Amino acid sequence: MAQAQPSERPAVAPRPRPAPDLATLGRAHLTQTPGFYRRSWRRFRQNKVALVSLAVFAVIVALVLGAGLISARVTGFDYRENHLADKLKPPMTDGYLLGSDGNGRDILTRLLYGGRVSLLVAFLSTVATLTVGAAVGLVAGYFGRTTDAVLMRLVDVLLSVPSLPLLILIATLYQPGPVGLALILAAVSWPGIARIVRGEALSHRQRDYVDAARVVGATPGRIIARHVLPNVTPIIVVFASLSIPDLIIAESSLSFLGVGVQVPTPSWGNMLGEATRFFRTNASNIVIPGTAIFVTALTLYLVGSGVRDAFDPRLGD
Amino acid sequence: MARYIFRRLLLMIPLLLGVTFLTFAIVNLIPGSPVTNLRANPKFRPEDAARIERQLGLDKPWPERYARWLGDLARGDLGLSLHNQTPVRDRIAGVLPNTLLLTTSSLLLALVVAVPLGVYAAVHHRSLFDQLATIGAVAAFAMPTFFLALLLVILFSLKFKEWGLPALPVGGMTDARGGGGFFDRVEHLILPALSLGILQIGAWSAYIRSSMLETLAQDFVRTARAKGLARPRVIYGHAFRNAFISLITVIGLSLPGLFSGAVIIESIFAWNGVGRLTIEAVDRRDYTLVMGTTVMFALLTMFANLFADVMYAVLDPRIRLD
Repeated sequence: MAQAQPSERPAVAPRPRPAPDLATLGRAHLTQTPGFYRRSWRRFRQNKVALVSLAVFAVIVALVLGAGLISARVTGFDYRENHLADKLKPPMTDGYLLGSDGNGRDILTRLLYGGRVSLLVAFLSTVATLTVGAAVGLVAGYFGRTTDAVLMRLVDVLLSVPSLPLLILIATLYQPGPVGLALILAAVSWPGIARIVRGEALSHRQRDYVDAARVVGATPGRIIARHVLPNVTPIIVVFASLSIPDLIIAESSLSFLGVGVQVPTPSWGNMLGEATRFFRTNASNIVIPGTAIFVTALTLYLVGSGVRDAFDPRLGD
Repeated sequence: MARYIFRRLLLMIPLLLGVTFLTFAIVNLIPGSPVTNLRANPKFRPEDAARIERQLGLDKPWPERYARWLGDLARGDLGLSLHNQTPVRDRIAGVLPNTLLLTTSSLLLALVVAVPLGVYAAVHHRSLFDQLATIGAVAAFAMPTFFLALLLVILFSLKFKEWGLPALPVGGMTDARGGGGFFDRVEHLILPALSLGILQIGAWSAYIRSSMLETLAQDFVRTARAKGLARPRVIYGHAFRNAFISLITVIGLSLPGLFSGAVIIESIFAWNGVGRLTIEAVDRRDYTLVMGTTVMFALLTMFANLFADVMYAVLDPRIRLD
């Protein structure tokens, strides 16, 4: 039986299939089990909190992208325009819709342009964190042995120091622009995802599909990229969506301390940092950028939890 | 247990080597040195730069300096501050108690608030309180430490004063005029400790809640109930004791973040601690002081983690460390 050759098979004519009628064909997709991502998306859509958060975040992105238009049509200010005679105006006075800062710059305009910088840094650093973290984790988990040991000891080292002093140190010494800042954030944050992906890759390494790929002669690079990576992608996506708020807060912390995004380029963090000098008289200058950071981080966090719940196979449909 | 602790202490050595090597490389691979800032002075001659660099030992290649620095570290010597030649060890020892006071009180505060919050929310699952606690925990995740700190200052220091209520101090560790008494110190500690602890309050109460929910559904809790034990006895004597153990691991994991937060809180509240010293050292390119504070932060994190693991074994007899 086990040795059955094709020629020994009883010659049975293939059962004639019933002619497909159009009605069945039209419903074919309903009888098939939808794929993992489609099912996850269905679960996500049922999560009202996550959907509302996604919508709020979309509005924030739209406002931030429309900064140029809004500054030309609505506020009438440029983000670096100083009006020293008009400094520290409270909101809704003299055409400053959200007030002006210590240099007499319009806060609403700076808030929108600052949002561009903050979001850009957060997304770039997320992408960089994931790329490095996932690559290191996959390589360490797939190859194991010495490679794994060396890479994981590096991860241990980075995870055993508080990240902020290290970030302050690097940011002060390199004085980076927004892109550089994103890379620095990534340089300190990749170990978390690397450790998680490595654990997953370790377990996938011993599964049959990896053995099968190896048997047909796939190279390690191909197995990692084409076979293991797609299987660990859900975990990477969940980690990414939950780490974006952290990275937004990390960027704003650095900018708040004056070592992140440098003025006159606005970011929510450095606007807040500058405003601390006037906290006795102009509390709104602190509250406005702070609320922007809080709301953005909150919506992203809620979307992230939605993604996590949607991807969690334990919940089922 | 003693053997385990000893082994963990030995394992810290390679970690510390890695941390110091990394920091040393970062600091030294970058163009510019403490002398760079002096060049702005018009009276400064290029010969002076070479002389000062030689005096500070900065003319040697950095791997050689790292080896020498490590040798000194092994003898417990962290070198002299490049800025004013005071021993780095004394500078750190002078402010370390302040950082420890801030972080431990914020940790205790977080525990005292988070544990009852989480337990109550779990026992009253799906009640209004439970939902509010969950929302609060999520908000705590998204709240930047510095923003919360400033909001608390605006409310409790400025507005309370305006409204004629007892206000808390804006910053500092003691009152400049006649301060230093116990209540004065506590008064200055409240806002920094609360701002630093809020993230932990959110994270830990959410954790305790889900851990309690899981434990309350287990058979031994049902047995305890079935044999007629009083409700508080079941909740605190049986369920909570089990749920609490796993919180210790979570506490251990959140410690690096706690020390990161301390850096920001110390700079907002003019709290004279290791974090503030770090920022000052980085600003002045005081490399030896930077190395010292980095080592300090790494040691704090490692010892705190070791402490968490040992506590875990002490509280849970099923865990054997050796």
